[in-house]
Amino acid sequence: MSTVLTDCRVPFAHELIELARADDRIVAVCNDSVSSSNLGEFRSLFPERMFNVGIAEQNMVGVAAGLANAGLIPFVCAAAPFLTGRATEQIKADVAYSRANVKLVGMSPGVSYGELGPTHHSIEDIAWMRALDGLPIVSPADDEQTREAVRWAAGYEGGVFMRIGRFKVPSVSVGQSPAFEFGRSNAVRDGDDVTIIASGVTVSRALAAAELLSERSVSVRVLNISTIAPLDVAAVITAARETGRIVVAEESVSRGGLGGAVAELLAESNPVPMRLLGVNTFAPTGSVEFLLDHFGLSPEGIAAAARELVGRA
Amino acid sequence: MTSDWWLRLREAGPATTSDIAEFASEIRRTTLVTINRAGLGHIGGDYSVTDILATLYGRVLRVDPENPHWADRDRFILSKGHAAVSLYSTLALSGFFPLEWLETFTGPMSALNGHPNRNKVPGVETNTGPLGHGFPVALGCALAAELQGSERRAYVVLGDGELQEGSNWEAFMYGGHRRLTNLTAIVDRNRLQQGDRTENTNSLDPLDAKVDAFGWEARVIDGHDLDALHTALASPSDRPVAVIAETTKGKGVSFIEDRAEWHHKVPNDEQVALALEELSR
Repeated sequence: MSTVLTDCRVPFAHELIELARADDRIVAVCNDSVSSSNLGEFRSLFPERMFNVGIAEQNMVGVAAGLANAGLIPFVCAAAPFLTGRATEQIKADVAYSRANVKLVGMSPGVSYGELGPTHHSIEDIAWMRALDGLPIVSPADDEQTREAVRWAAGYEGGVFMRIGRFKVPSVSVGQSPAFEFGRSNAVRDGDDVTIIASGVTVSRALAAAELLSERSVSVRVLNISTIAPLDVAAVITAARETGRIVVAEESVSRGGLGGAVAELLAESNPVPMRLLGVNTFAPTGSVEFLLDHFGLSPEGIAAAARELVGRA
Repeated sequence: MTSDWWLRLREAGPATTSDIAEFASEIRRTTLVTINRAGLGHIGGDYSVTDILATLYGRVLRVDPENPHWADRDRFILSKGHAAVSLYSTLALSGFFPLEWLETFTGPMSALNGHPNRNKVPGVETNTGPLGHGFPVALGCALAAELQGSERRAYVVLGDGELQEGSNWEAFMYGGHRRLTNLTAIVDRNRLQQGDRTENTNSLDPLDAKVDAFGWEARVIDGHDLDALHTALASPSDRPVAVIAETTKGKGVSFIEDRAEWHHKVPNDEQVALALEELSR
């Protein structure tokens, strides 16, 4: 892991601008979220290709479907809780069911908004979006993955839901090329005793947990799941077979989230003991860092869950 | 079998008002038979919107049934997707797909679901059914046309009860703000919703003043007056246009007209015979 920390909204916006320079079909749609989506520069460069509909998420998603109908490639950029919560039915009917080529970018997901509280936390978005047929869910973990995922999304024909965090993260993709491949997980650490499955901000924490566990001679595999749907079935089943124990650590509810996805898969194919860590209740007041620790998503918390599974407390 | 209506209405010179009246009657007869055969449908709302559809497809929309994905086509969206049979009948009679498809309506694996699907039905632009969805999509179509420098227009038909969904007012607000002169919203103002009269449920009047306040040009017309429809739908404005088409639910068949129970009641064989007689006068 590098020590440089990245707010992934920065590489997101940078890459979107690069794409927009090369392809005039790229447009942005937002809900008064130009600054929170880091799209100020995009707006300066391409004012006519920025559609700010105001604080109106249903209209925002419907408008994007209409833009896509004309062959444009809209990136809808809005805070994840309001995009996925307020416009769920538009995402279902206008994007997923209509198979509209709309990129839904949920900014600042999970507990990114820390002290602003559960109204502003987006812990249900993965479960809601995962229930929709044919809507890929992408959750890049760092700078490199964000850039490559945005580029992939622009070229993919169809709707996509993407989580872009504001909580600063270190690179976990150093030396990996490609950093992001749709539908494929990255084994960012290999091991035999237990696998920690993580996504987004929890990947670097899972790696830190693995480091703590190695001091106790527990050998840990860490899978970075940057495509939550469709899940990398082969990698998850192989991890279950080879390590026999699975911990899932995510910045989301486990019910219907990544934990739910892994559990559904393994229940049918290769059941193993599991621990599902997530933000599974409305959060108390506190900073992002405090909340991640509170929900057991600190390196120590993740390591404790893994030790319990391995039986070496 | 391919219908010859497109040839009659669009290729053999401009359609006359009596051509459109005949087209509308044919759409109503086709709708009636299709609903009776399937045992499902929303005939009341189908009939209130029929004259609007006949006018749009018969003499207003720039579309090509043989090339339904033509990039510069006008976009038409039936936001009140439950009136699917009138749309399917109009599209089939216009030549977008064979008339035989109508016989499969709601049958197993049919392309013709109870609500329209753009991936299965040529001429459908977005999947509608849940109310309050079509208007924002039409708005996006109009914004795209403006960005791309195209002359094409976007039209959306809204049920009046549907306007109780807040998303429509988000669209009215932004359409007015952007002063989209290439966008026409048509309200099928039949004053009935599934359970009761709109004004008993959650009143909409004064609708013209409301849309005017949102920056639109309200055109209140008799939604069964084919000349008035033509003028309201075809003449330009310096603002987005909201055609408030005062209609009668079930229009065209006396015992179906303006009755809440005919929202989705299905006519039996005897009623079909009576209705066909009325529709052929």
